[in-house]
Amino acid sequence: MDPIAPGLFELATDGSITLVGGFSHVSGHHHFPLGPVCPFTGADDVERVLLPRDGRLWVWTAVTHPPPGYGGPVPYGFGVVELDGIGLRVVTRLTESDPSRGHEGQRMTLVTDDVGDGIAMWAFAPVPE
Amino acid sequence: MFSTKPGCHQKQGVGGVSIEVGVAGVGMHPFGRFDDVGLVDLGVTAVQQAMAEAGIGPGGFQAAYCGTAYGGVATGHRVLGALALTGTPIIDVEAGCASGGAALQLGAEAIASGRHDTVLVFGVEKMPKGIIRSSFFAPWQEQAGLSPAPAYFALRAQRLLADTGLTKDDLAAVCVKNRAHGVVNPMAMWQEPVTAEAVLASRVVCEPLHLWMLCSPNEGAAAIVLRRATGHDLRVRAVSLRSHLPGGVLSEATPLCGLVDDSIPSATTLAADDAYGAAGLGPDDIDVVECQDTDAARELLSWQELRLCAPGEQARILADGDANLSGARPVNPSGGLLSKGEPLGASALGQVVELVHQLRGTAGPRQVDNAQVALAHVVGRGANACVTILSH
Repeated sequence: MDPIAPGLFELATDGSITLVGGFSHVSGHHHFPLGPVCPFTGADDVERVLLPRDGRLWVWTAVTHPPPGYGGPVPYGFGVVELDGIGLRVVTRLTESDPSRGHEGQRMTLVTDDVGDGIAMWAFAPVPE
Repeated sequence: MFSTKPGCHQKQGVGGVSIEVGVAGVGMHPFGRFDDVGLVDLGVTAVQQAMAEAGIGPGGFQAAYCGTAYGGVATGHRVLGALALTGTPIIDVEAGCASGGAALQLGAEAIASGRHDTVLVFGVEKMPKGIIRSSFFAPWQEQAGLSPAPAYFALRAQRLLADTGLTKDDLAAVCVKNRAHGVVNPMAMWQEPVTAEAVLASRVVCEPLHLWMLCSPNEGAAAIVLRRATGHDLRVRAVSLRSHLPGGVLSEATPLCGLVDDSIPSATTLAADDAYGAAGLGPDDIDVVECQDTDAARELLSWQELRLCAPGEQARILADGDANLSGARPVNPSGGLLSKGEPLGASALGQVVELVHQLRGTAGPRQVDNAQVALAHVVGRGANACVTILSH
């Protein structure tokens, strides 16, 4: 599969996926996607880092109607996952498209998602509890 | 007397004389869908009304500011060109859902600074139908399904419900209230009441938001003539536009990431605090409010962000009817965007037109008793938020 855009994540030959972000020692903050400066403080000492692949669900919904420019399946899950240990919340697709099956703090892990035409995107999937 | 924060407020003008900004006239084309009326004609209707009310003709204003997001190149010129009103500076202003507010701030500043005596501010829009498509997002974000505005609204709504204990019944109550107000507003797209049961029976767009909890992007225009205030002109006490601070993950900025820090003040709160400070007024002084209700949860969040209530207090206010037309402090007497629909460039000015009528006592069946001080609020993509305070 081809990545949906360059620079967002790394795809390993075993199919695993890792988000590529930035870290500023001056601000102490991680960010995503990788930007030229820390988007929270403007600090310019950004270093490219691989982000944690696990986190917890903070807020979620599902998109029931295909928005303009989107050719993938509906419904699809959509939400924000708080990545473990770094104080960062990432807006993301979710593999679970039934909002009634989510709960705050649910364990989530990063997976590769197909948004049509063999295009690879990241998503978070619930970890069986 | 005033801080140096952004926003327009009364200043010491030329010669040390304090210059107040007055409303000389307002005009409006109804909000709705008008397949046979072009963008320019929508604007012409609103501008002609406002200028007639102000008693001015060609040469009667020294600058014009046009709010629009989807109008295209030189929209303001097209409208004023059709009326043979060109020759002054004509400045198009885009600030997402706050475009009209941004135009109003520029116009009010031009008066308060002493640069101009009279300016024309208007907003005009013909929105594409369906979910708003925005160049705000990169093509890959659309392709990935990370662009639909209702999904971001829904996430914001989910957090509001989780954090405050508000429920979907409260969201439905907002729709019932605003649609009841819209029944008596000839400017509104939807002029039929709805029941809470019908709202909750409409299809789920993005949980917890049902179709009828979302406003319709549509078409319309509104215009206001501002001048150096004289006599009994209504006063524009403050117009404050603010953008979001970095770090909030669920603001209308719709970033791809944010900090684990829920204490970051929203653009709305920043704008409100600026406006209250500039006007020398506080939330308790406000008699009537027009606020952003892109979706029902946005209205309830706006109340607390504007400091009109404590988080979670919305349920009691709705139950007691305090925000109804006959309540202690009516909110969205026009019916709000849930009744009028949202033409981005015009919506903020449509709110101000409504509040001018409320303060004048000319709002007819929507009249709020004894309204002396009014607040208008918009917030949208950027994130940009604008708060305007008007009074006698």
